[in-house]
Amino acid sequence: MSQNNYSPGVNLVVYRILIYGALLFWAFLCLFPIYWTITTSFKTAVSVTQGHLIPWIDFTPKWIGFRSLGMSPETIFQISTVRDEFLKRFVNSVITSTSASILAVMLGSLAAYGLSRFQYKLGFFKNSDISFFFLSQMILPPVVLALPFLVLYRELALLDTTIGLVMLYGLMVLPIVIWIMRDQFSTIPIELEEAGLVDGLSVWGVFLRIVLPISFPGMVAAFILCLVLTWNEYFFAALLTSADAKTLPVMVASQTGSQGINWWSMAALSTAAIAPLAIIGIFLESYIVKGLSAGAVK
Amino acid sequence: MTSTYVRTDHIPAKRKALGQAMILIATILLVALFLTQVLHKAGSISAGFENWRPVLYAYLIWSIALCWGITLIKGERGQRALFVLPAFLFTIAMVIFPLIFSVYISLHDWNLSAFDGPKFNGVDNFMALLGDTYYWNSMLNMLFYLIAILFEYAIAFGLALLLNAQIVARKFFRVVFLMPLMLSPVAVSWMIGKSLMEFRFGPAAALARQLGWESPAFFSTPEIARLSIMILDAWTFIPFMMIMLLAGLQALPLEVNEAARIDGANNWQHFWKITFPLMLPVSITATVIRIIFKLKLADIVITVTSGGPGGATDTVTSFIFREYRDRSNVGYGTMMAVVYLIIIIILMTLMLKLIDRWMQKVT
Repeated sequence: MSQNNYSPGVNLVVYRILIYGALLFWAFLCLFPIYWTITTSFKTAVSVTQGHLIPWIDFTPKWIGFRSLGMSPETIFQISTVRDEFLKRFVNSVITSTSASILAVMLGSLAAYGLSRFQYKLGFFKNSDISFFFLSQMILPPVVLALPFLVLYRELALLDTTIGLVMLYGLMVLPIVIWIMRDQFSTIPIELEEAGLVDGLSVWGVFLRIVLPISFPGMVAAFILCLVLTWNEYFFAALLTSADAKTLPVMVASQTGSQGINWWSMAALSTAAIAPLAIIGIFLESYIVKGLSAGAVK
Repeated sequence: MTSTYVRTDHIPAKRKALGQAMILIATILLVALFLTQVLHKAGSISAGFENWRPVLYAYLIWSIALCWGITLIKGERGQRALFVLPAFLFTIAMVIFPLIFSVYISLHDWNLSAFDGPKFNGVDNFMALLGDTYYWNSMLNMLFYLIAILFEYAIAFGLALLLNAQIVARKFFRVVFLMPLMLSPVAVSWMIGKSLMEFRFGPAAALARQLGWESPAFFSTPEIARLSIMILDAWTFIPFMMIMLLAGLQALPLEVNEAARIDGANNWQHFWKITFPLMLPVSITATVIRIIFKLKLADIVITVTSGGPGGATDTVTSFIFREYRDRSNVGYGTMMAVVYLIIIIILMTLMLKLIDRWMQKVT
């Protein structure tokens, strides 16, 4: 009961064109800002202000942005304070985000496993209440914790330290890990574990020898999702760090010079800030999809 | 599903005593350190530490002793508790304690840059908040930002359907569509918000001029600035909803699609009668999580507009951030945050209840 009178062939062609048109249009929307960022780091001031877009045709690419960071071919072997500063922030970001993600995946996986396998009773708290307690942390907006932490960290001498930031980020992504891992563990057949128990393994032996290897891909997925969130986190880092533990997003956000903005160096910095996750996105995309899909489908 | 296989093991009394002693000693240590420090800070005794860090270490030692002690005392049951205990202790220390502390702060007049410490002022902060038009304005903005989720959802659903269609290079498109989610919102908001949409030279502004918009200023009039922030935020988070919806589409039973084809239902009817109702649970999950993330929106606003023009783009978070940055007013800022949290908890509970009831009626 086709509602139109065109022949199916023509209809199909139009349909295809529409689909691919929409796909390409959205791909353009996703990629153009990235293209703009990367190319702007090679543009001189004139090329930026005239809105030139295509390298070699309407502007000549120069290493200007990366030179200002001390990372162009001719400056890479020279001493550069900007580069040192940048590398320090970069290393800070790497350390903070990976440690926080590892912390969250460790704590979260254990908790999720316990909650999906054993019955707990803590006073009048049961399993579902404990699960809710963990997951409800997700709706806690960071701003509620921000100022108390500012005061607490000052008292604890944890202000502007990487360890303080790691603990906070770990807390921030913990509910997400529990959410993903609970889903992962529920797909593992319980008979496997009971066989292990009968064979004389302890509950921890079962977890480490049997469950951990099976659920490892799920943990990687959770880890990468945590990495994305913690690498890009700006709010806490801007509040709680100043000199030592400052991360890359804070450095990016504070790039307004006295003579306006140096677009090329800004763009080079942004390129460096987005590159690691862009590479992870390209090569480990399936894990991210896996992580986001967990819990979406029951 | 829980394991039914429980081993009964005999725990020697000696081991039990050791575990209990361990927990007891750690507890005494923690309480003693805490009290010493409280008294030291209050000025009653001179012994003490210059900061509270030792108390934190004591809490850590106490946590380890508790975990260890429980396995000694309770054997297998203790080992089971050990899975949840670390995360639990961590969350208690990092959330419950700061939350209680934040209520304490919010009842004080506390300026961090001023020399004299906190002064108790009861509900003064709350009274000031009731009359703070900027705060309620940012609350209203949050409402607008939340409404934008509907459009994000529609686009995300469309993209998920596209990716689920019979297309070549599906993997390529999936990677590309996921890209915005990976990128640092701060870097992106600089590069899109401050250069791509720049009034004079930005390509987006140039395109808008081509399309007939005389003065394409994306961030100078309130409504358009708010819309621009919505678009920037949507750009980052549409992939997030898209992937969840795509997972839902791929989990739909194949027969559903087959049956529709045979009936001869056209695509449009097919979507509304079959796909959409089946996708309702996934849609709700994705939307609820998206709302949670949206309530935290701040970094884009802070970097691109700092809440301007005239507070039109302010979110609650960015407003409190500036309140602290400009005035170091911790007491009032915390009061605003606590009120925000209470409003969120009430509305979220209501929403989840309503969704629950509605879902039961539908299915």
